[in-house]
Amino acid sequence: MDSLLNQDRPPVFCPGCAHERVVAALDQTFQGMGLRGEQIAIVSDIGCSGLFDTFFNTHAFHGLHGRALTYATGIKMARPDLHVVVTMGDGGLGIGGAHLLSTCRRNIDLTLLVLNNFNYGMTGGQCSSTTPQNAQVGSGFLNRLEKPMDVCRVAGAAGAAYTARASAYEKDLSDTLATAIRYDGFALVDIWGVCPGRYTKRNKLSPKTIATTLEGLPPTDHFRKENTREEYGRAYRHEAADLPPAPPPQGIETLHPPVTETRQEVVFLGSAGQRIVTAGELLCLAGASAGLQASQKNDYPITVLRGHSVSEVILSKKAIGYTGIQQPSVVIALAAEGVTRRKKMLANLTEDALVIRAEGIAIPSCRATVVTVDFKAAGIREPDWALAALATLANRNTALSSAMLQTALDIRFSGKVYDLATAVVGKASA
Amino acid sequence: MALTLMEGNEAIAWGARAAGCRFFAGYPITPATTIYNAMLRLLPPEGGICMQGEDEIASIGFCLGASMAGWKTMTATSGPGISLYSEQISFAIGSEIPLVIVDVQRLGPSTGSATKGADGDIQFLQWGNSGGLPVIVLAPVDIRDCIVLTMQAFNLAETYRCPVFLAANKEISMTRETVDLDAIALPDIINRRQADPVQQFLPFGTSGERLTPDFLPIGGNRAVRQTSSTHGPDGYITADPELIARNQDRLQRKITSQADRFVFSEYDAAAGAETLIITYGVTARAAKTAAEALRDTGTPVSLLVLKTLWPVPEDLLREKAAAYSRVVVVEMNLGQYVREIQRVLSDRDIRFLGQMDGELIKPRQIEEVVHHG
Ligand code: SF4
Repeated sequence: MDSLLNQDRPPVFCPGCAHERVVAALDQTFQGMGLRGEQIAIVSDIGCSGLFDTFFNTHAFHGLHGRALTYATGIKMARPDLHVVVTMGDGGLGIGGAHLLSTCRRNIDLTLLVLNNFNYGMTGGQCSSTTPQNAQVGSGFLNRLEKPMDVCRVAGAAGAAYTARASAYEKDLSDTLATAIRYDGFALVDIWGVCPGRYTKRNKLSPKTIATTLEGLPPTDHFRKENTREEYGRAYRHEAADLPPAPPPQGIETLHPPVTETRQEVVFLGSAGQRIVTAGELLCLAGASAGLQASQKNDYPITVLRGHSVSEVILSKKAIGYTGIQQPSVVIALAAEGVTRRKKMLANLTEDALVIRAEGIAIPSCRATVVTVDFKAAGIREPDWALAALATLANRNTALSSAMLQTALDIRFSGKVYDLATAVVGKASA
Repeated sequence: MALTLMEGNEAIAWGARAAGCRFFAGYPITPATTIYNAMLRLLPPEGGICMQGEDEIASIGFCLGASMAGWKTMTATSGPGISLYSEQISFAIGSEIPLVIVDVQRLGPSTGSATKGADGDIQFLQWGNSGGLPVIVLAPVDIRDCIVLTMQAFNLAETYRCPVFLAANKEISMTRETVDLDAIALPDIINRRQADPVQQFLPFGTSGERLTPDFLPIGGNRAVRQTSSTHGPDGYITADPELIARNQDRLQRKITSQADRFVFSEYDAAAGAETLIITYGVTARAAKTAAEALRDTGTPVSLLVLKTLWPVPEDLLREKAAAYSRVVVVEMNLGQYVREIQRVLSDRDIRFLGQMDGELIKPRQIEEVVHHG
């Protein structure tokens, strides 16, 4: 196989830069694996290591600092057969830490080469996430205060099965890289090297000291045993293959006459857990079954199980413009939390309006007709009050009819939930 | 006629699917989360991909990778997520990566109110990128728009190889309403132009009158380059001022020179009207209701609803405003898009109504401004 090196663009690193050795080793790896340029994508980010993609005649994606793994993930998911090799320095490693951890957890078949030279070469030799605390770097005393991280152990703890440490100077680097690329899952190689342009101007580091230090580091082989599992993309496709297709949006035919020609504005005032939003949806469905346009606008805090829940439903023969409530025709008051939110609205109700009030819920005095219902006495649990209130409305033929409500239940529920809902409606109508 | 009850976000997801979107990645955020939920139901069973990134930066990064691999992609978030997207958006603009970005706006600044609506990102969407190149922003008013404009957003992203924003709003995205799906005329689907794989290929090369480069995917049978660095047509870094200037100019003109081809709007003229209301997004609905009420009570007003916000449809604004002595601009912020209207219609009497309290602007407030200015 021919070299994949781009003859028009030879490496431009400082003389003696370890990166150049990795470029040569990687080319040998590709050749040894018999790969053609279009079978490989090199994804790089910023810094001296970010030049890697330009030296090869392969697919190339050069992006933002620390984000290389994000692009590589998208590419690999879309092109599972492509060999995706990501290069980043110890800079990209630090800035993209969240992406590193998540890529390890995913186990997607990417090969990450960390070109670790213990400082930011391009910007002036500042400290990185791997700078030793006793090093002299361009960040003054700051690196003395931060502990360097061991990439391989971090990656293993985050779920990577394949991690390897290597020196840019070792003979069999291209074999190490080949094993990593062949690995069916996420593989990370932490490649140590010198940066004569910056780091070794003030710090002693040689191929020999690198080799000795690497030997002294704790092993990471056990991660292989702990973390080996199916590759993410393949696992994803397996899971997806069993999923049923999403049902298309359901059209509701006009089955019933509407109970009135006038626009209805119905406001549910409740609290979390009272299934206010579901009741609002049922009313919309009921309206649609009478050929009415419907809209539902909800108001609730970010907490799921606490606080107010307000739903505003409009039913109208004409297209609905403004979705806010202007003149409520019905207010369903089921909890103090909701009532508090719409005190002004309640006080301003006209005499045409109807209020369905759950027994025990205080509302401001108003001109509307107020009907108090003791849901509890009727044996209805609080989470069902909103549905029961709809049944009360249907009995009075206000806003919806019993037939409209029945159709809404048929559309929205099935199985056991349907039976329970029907029982609630039965109790409320009794 | 059958009516379907749908939430705006659901409609956006179905619109994306209809446009050929096969890849979605997002990070959950109210009020955009239900787009992600819907895409998770829609895409994987059909061989598409829906992913949840570890954060917003990763989510849009996945999309950029997948888009360059040739897939139609979409992501969705709200204001806080757009902030995190910013650097990647600049990349997509400068390196011509097709992508649809939905911003379901919520009340800001910052984390603001997760469940309150606003149109507070309207200038941010255009200018929240480094370099200041033009972007395309479409603003839906209702469910129909959520479907059709999402499809148009994909068509534009593919045609011009750029990110296209859908500026939604909690009040559209999380509001359910009925829609007659059969009555909606869906646009034809456009796919990015592929380069001839046997000809010499320059990833950012254009020829003749064309301003958008033809595309070949990463992972196809011809090696392709993509880069976020300042590049020449060959996709390698360049420092040549002439090459740089030519490319910047092309990136600008490929959008601005074609802008009159994608002006989406609705114009409703009333005979005898002296006032033209200009608005967009959910506020257009209050404006419609207000205009009807005003007409019923003997004050005819006309209404222009903008659905393409960026690039600013300047010709349309000039043409429609010509007949009116007064323009009223209404938007759910403290005065963002009105600046553009003031710039374009500098000779007009322009009144402004804005609000930023998490509540919809009411029809009555608009009627007030029309009556009393
Ligand atoms: S600055 Fe350091 S990393 Fe960068 S090219 Fe020079 S030696 Fe290599």
